Amino acid sequence: MRDFVCKKIKGIKPSGIRKLFDIASEMPDALSLGVGEPDFDTPWHIRDEGIYALQKGRTFYTGNAGLPELRVAICGYVKKKYGLDYDPKSETIVTVGGSEAIDLAFRATLNSGDEVVYPEPCFVSYAPCVLLADGVPVTIPLSSATNFKLTAEKLEAAITPRTKALLMSYPNNPTGAIMEKKDLEPIAEVVKKHDLLVITDEIYCELTYKGNHASIASLPGMQERTILINGFSKTYAMTGWRLGYALAPAEIMQYMVKIHQFGIMSAPTVSQYAAIDAIKNSDGDIEMMRESYNQRRRYLMAAFREMELPCFEPFGAFYVFPDISEFGMTSEEFCTKLLQEEKVAVVPGSAFGDCGDKYVRISYAYSLDALREAMKRLARFVKKLRGK
Amino acid sequence: MDAKKREQILKLLEADSRTTVKEIATMLDLSEEAVAKGIAAMEKEHVICGYHAFINWDKTEDDKISALIELKVTLQHGEGFDRIAEKIYQYPEVEALYLMSGGYDFTVMLKKASMKQIATFVSTKLAAIDEVQSTTTHIILARYKDHGMPLVDLKKDMRQAITL
Repeated sequence: MRDFVCKKIKGIKPSGIRKLFDIASEMPDALSLGVGEPDFDTPWHIRDEGIYALQKGRTFYTGNAGLPELRVAICGYVKKKYGLDYDPKSETIVTVGGSEAIDLAFRATLNSGDEVVYPEPCFVSYAPCVLLADGVPVTIPLSSATNFKLTAEKLEAAITPRTKALLMSYPNNPTGAIMEKKDLEPIAEVVKKHDLLVITDEIYCELTYKGNHASIASLPGMQERTILINGFSKTYAMTGWRLGYALAPAEIMQYMVKIHQFGIMSAPTVSQYAAIDAIKNSDGDIEMMRESYNQRRRYLMAAFREMELPCFEPFGAFYVFPDISEFGMTSEEFCTKLLQEEKVAVVPGSAFGDCGDKYVRISYAYSLDALREAMKRLARFVKKLRGK
Repeated sequence: MDAKKREQILKLLEADSRTTVKEIATMLDLSEEAVAKGIAAMEKEHVICGYHAFINWDKTEDDKISALIELKVTLQHGEGFDRIAEKIYQYPEVEALYLMSGGYDFTVMLKKASMKQIATFVSTKLAAIDEVQSTTTHIILARYKDHGMPLVDLKKDMRQAITL
């Protein structure tokens, strides 16, 4: 028989996150700090809206770009948060999670051979999505020495005549790094100078523990060259509802909608009704979750200080990214050993790019009890390694 | 210490009273000294009234029952609700006592006891108080949530391994 599978997809390497978790899930007393999703349930009032939508029989497709009322609510949110004006009709799309929006952004903008530059370590989907859209991923390796911030110099160095877009995601998964307005300004200048498009994935924007999140789209002259991606998963603890959105200039948006209408048709209707309530009535929930994550973040940072494990202080998302290079192991070796000896599962930094290999990602979307126990085990593990 | 920090300390202790001063200080970005002082002050002010274990007695061998009683009272000359309340809450059988707005005056929660003990207490003690006009006794049949914690259907981590 012929090989029916597409060469392109065969050439893309699988995500490195799953491997250890498959082992961990077989261990009954393993403690996982690996999951990249909130530990909070979706606030009850949002779930209740979803139930109500079902009760009312709101079980039809919505328009391709999403419920008009939801699109208006999304535009109201970014107006309030960043002062940005987007047209709900022509510049807004509701997607199946932020990840669909990322995929749409590439497929709507890349021609074969177009280069997309992006800082690493980063979310595992970016490079595969660029490749599937026939683009060429070009990484900008970052390290804890510069707090995993993208700088204008590093960006300049990565740009070639074939560069079409800059992709970035702050607050960042896996590092927890943020970019403040003053950090974004020089980036915007380089972007404009080279006439680039920016695709900015701001899914963790509400989980910022130092000042307010700034969007690059709100800097002068940037909105017309930016695809702003966000979603409901992290902000409202709605991962399983699969709902995200993108905002972009109408010329780009019409093509994102085109791909979406042929591939997806429309995002889940019940989720969209619940999301309207989420945007309107969740300020208190967001504040409560942010404060709780921040407390756990401080708790982990203090635990690392005590075990003298170097870790730059992250001010976003719900991850810490300690440096494990002193142990002379790859991050995968470290994580495998940690799982075998102390039954704690964390993610090797190499899963997020080669430059992540000095680090491991620890999620603090877990109860304080779980974090306490995990830090006790990690401290014991680190001490044992150093004793050898 | 400002009101917000005090509230944050209270919330952490309310969620888990065994959280140490050091942990609270770390999580709220305060010095241990400030936290210890704040807690001591709130204990002195009786903002913090105790550190109790939250027990689901339904899971033990204990087969006593809980009762909630609605009380209507008649105020006597020169006497307010506080005086009557005192006459009620002095009984060790009373677990909690609240003055209510609405159709009746007091809610009395009794400590867990046998049906017979509850009946005796209501008929010979509570109903016998001069100001008490009427009592309506309710027996708690099941406890679903208490102290902000669901007691049934305890949560498991349902999150699955995913490439994220």
